[in-house]
This record gives sequence, structure tokens and C-alpha cells, in this order.
Amino acid sequence: MSSILAAKGLKAFYGQIEALHGVDFEVEEGGVTALLGANGAGKTTTLRAISAMIRREGELEFRGRRLTARAPEDVARLGVAHVPDGRGTFTDLTVEENLRLGAYVRRDQRAVKTDFQRIFGYFPRLAERIHQQAGTLSGGEQQMLAISRALLLKPSLLLLDEPSFGLAPLVVAEIFRILRAINENEGVSILIVEQNANLALDLATRAYLLETGVIVVGGAASEIRADDAVRRAYLGY
Amino acid sequence: MVELLHQLASGLALGGVYAVTALALVMIFQATQLVNFAQGEMAMFSTYIAWYLMQNGWDYWQAFAATVAFSFVGGVVIERIVVRPFAHAPVLASVIVFIGLSFIFNALAGFFFGYSVQSFDTPFDGRPWFGNRFMSAHESGSVVVSLIVLALVFAFFRFTPLGLAMRAAAQNPASARLVGVRVGWMLALGWGLAAAIGAIAGMMAAPIVYLDPNMMGGILLYAFAGAVLGGIDNPWGAVFGGFTVGVAENLLGAYVVGDEVKLSVALVIIVGVLVVRPSGLFGRRIVARV
Repeated sequence: MSSILAAKGLKAFYGQIEALHGVDFEVEEGGVTALLGANGAGKTTTLRAISAMIRREGELEFRGRRLTARAPEDVARLGVAHVPDGRGTFTDLTVEENLRLGAYVRRDQRAVKTDFQRIFGYFPRLAERIHQQAGTLSGGEQQMLAISRALLLKPSLLLLDEPSFGLAPLVVAEIFRILRAINENEGVSILIVEQNANLALDLATRAYLLETGVIVVGGAASEIRADDAVRRAYLGY
Repeated sequence: MVELLHQLASGLALGGVYAVTALALVMIFQATQLVNFAQGEMAMFSTYIAWYLMQNGWDYWQAFAATVAFSFVGGVVIERIVVRPFAHAPVLASVIVFIGLSFIFNALAGFFFGYSVQSFDTPFDGRPWFGNRFMSAHESGSVVVSLIVLALVFAFFRFTPLGLAMRAAAQNPASARLVGVRVGWMLALGWGLAAAIGAIAGMMAAPIVYLDPNMMGGILLYAFAGAVLGGIDNPWGAVFGGFTVGVAENLLGAYVVGDEVKLSVALVIIVGVLVVRPSGLFGRRIVARV
């Protein structure tokens, strides 16, 4: 397996408090890697550490470049798009402005235009609501907007923080179906954080299990799924 | 009747100055939730620079352009050096910093340029425009300049990628960083812009109120009243409020309270709005879920 992102001894802090105690993991190039675990295990923290939203230590290598000394905006400019928890919608701006912000750092404005159309192919509902204020969208639509905004960066790595959160099962199914298509068609690797392990393991090729800031097990998604002990102890089904 | 129209027109001229200053206040407020109490003194200091350049033989518009550019750079530098270290400090600390800044600029202006009142040139000399009897040429020109500044600022924020990035940075800094916006620089840029348009307001006001280190004190108060009236988080509201306060101040000063106490009109407006409708006419009520 070749990896697009590798973390070694990654620690992360909220103020003085260490929330991630030196984790090792790799994100598979071209694949979908899932980070699973209960509430408070450190899943969101791991994503925040990758995109420099919080203080971190240790090694973090993305396509041969070290990330640990970089600011969030520089991590984004290297091609890591983060769909944060709470979706990060610019609620007072229109849907179109939100999307344009996604492509803010890109210089190839002509390609951005065709990318808009491609994204509307995945999420036609956003095209209908293009001039609407983003804060008035439903939760599902805001999640679609957040994913689209991230894709417009033309990232090589997409970080997804609980895309299923607070959404109706039908909407969740739709979004995960589209995520699979995006992963296959757009050549973008995905690191996804989910509480809904079943859902994430369906999509993922690899998975890691976090428990209170430590990785307890990692491997192919199918192995994790098949491991009865792991399933009962951590995945709760 | 002629007198009334005259007062109304003068009100509009100063109202334009208030509107521009109010817009500068709102720009900083939207990005930082803080009111820059040094906005007035920064503008006053900029106006002195223009005055100094013209004293040394510069043409008005050259001095105007140089002053706007200088103020922009000055605003950026102030944000980087003075404001930035207090980014995570309590509100009160920032307020003290702003008040300190305003004293510093006031003292610097006195130190460099003296405290005596100076007249300030206007580029809009001569006969009133369009033969109207109610507005001097400078007052007409001042309104036009204010409107142009307002239009340019709105166009910048509405239509340019940089303007969009600045709005995004003000609204949701964390999310803006994740799409690659350099939020820190956006704030500095906001300060630069606010200082630049404040300088224009100062240069439009100076021919009317004359130039001295305290010239912007009253203007800042009226601008603040305008911003509060329109809603301090709404640029359109601030502009509307600025013009409204300009007219109201002039009419009340002429017919109701007299010139001597008309500055209190601003305070009455501020207190009145905060009591009756704290979010202003067009501001957004902030509702917090707990």
C-alpha cells in the first residue's frame, strides 16, 4: 500500500491538555481510510491536528512534505481539504459564494468553471439553490455544500468529519453513495471519521480504531469488520 | 423654506462623511466585534498628512492619492504591530488599546503640526454646482466623493475574490482557513481599508469643520451614532444611519436644540437606539441558544 499521508507519534493538544497521545496511521493513496471510535476518542482531534487547527507534535508527512510546521491555510493550499464537524458553512453568504471560496486558492479559473458543473452533477440540489443564503439550507444540503466546497479546492486528500451527523438515514445513504463515486471518479483519497462504524466500513478500504487518544487496532476494513472481539468491544453491534 | 433646504443639504454633506466613517467602523466591527475608537484620530492624522503635502506645494489630488495610500499602509502596519498582539485578549484590553491609539495620534498630530486651527483646501472650488442655491461646491463634491467611496467599497466586497475572502474571514475564520484564506492578512487588509476610507472622510470634512487635532472627535461620535442607528453589523444600515444622523444633527441644531448642544444629539441617538432597539434599524438580533 502506498500512502498519501503518514502520521508517526502524532500528538495533539487543546491548550495544555494532550488529547492525542502519539498515534501512528497511514491514509491509503486513492482509497478510503476510516477512523472509528466512540465519542471523545480523538477522531475529530486527529483531523484537526492534520489541518493544523490545533497545536500538534510528532511527524505528519503528506506526499513527501512535512505538515507539522505549517499553518492551516498552507495545509489547505498543499491540497488537503477538510470538511469540519458542524460543516463550516459560511451561513451569511450565498451557496455560490461558499463554492467560490472553495476554489479561492486556485489559479486555473477556467477549470474551476467546469468543476462547478461536475459538482452540480453529484449534487444537483445545490445548483437549484445557487443564489440562496447558505444558512437557510437543510442539514443535508449544508453537508453537500461542505463536501462540494472542499472538492473545489481540487484536493488530493479529503478529510471528512462525520458526514452523517444529524442527518436522516435516507440523506446519509445518498451522501455516502456520492462519496464513493467521488472517491472513484475524482482520484481523491479520503480520510473519514465516523461514529457510525457500519456505514464507514462499507465505504472504507482501511480502518483504524481510536480509543481515548490511542489507536488500538488498524488494518484492512474487511479484517476489522470480521474481528468479532473488536466489533463487540468497540463498534457496538 | 430656503433655509430649511439649505440645512438639509448641509446635513447631507456631513452625513456623507459620517456614513463613510461609520462604514469604516462597521468593517472593523464585523471582523473583530470591536469598535475602533481610534478611527477618528487616525483619519485626523491622515488629513494632516494631506495638509502637510499641500503646504509643500503638492497638487490636491496628488496629496489626496498619496494620503490614501499612506493611510492604507499605516492601517495595515497598526494592525500587525499594535492590534494583533491583543487578538485573544479580553474586550476591555482591546478597548484600552484603541483609546490609547487615539491619544497617541492626537498627541502626534499636535507635536508635528501644532494645535492651531488650519484651513484645509477643497478641490471643489468656486460656484455651486448646477446653479443650486442650497449647497456649496465643496458640499456637493463631498457628497459625490462619499457616494463614490461607498460604491467602490461595496463593489469590492461584493464582486472581487479578495472581498469575498475578507467577508469569509470575518464571518467564520476557522472555516476560511480551511479553504486557504490567510485570515490574519485579511484582518490587516481590513484595517488598511478602514484607515484609507477614514482618511477620505477626514479630507472631506476638514474644509467644513477646519483642521485641528480634535476635528474628528465630534465626527466619530456622529458616525458611531449612525452605525448604531443603522445596526453596527450591517454596512448598508451604517451608511443609511450616517446620512440620517447628518441631516438630523443639522436640522435639530438649527431649529430645536441650537448649535451649542447639538453634539448631545449623537449621544441621545446612541442611548435611545440602545434602549429601544439595541440591534439598530437593520441590524441582526443575536439570539443565543443555551
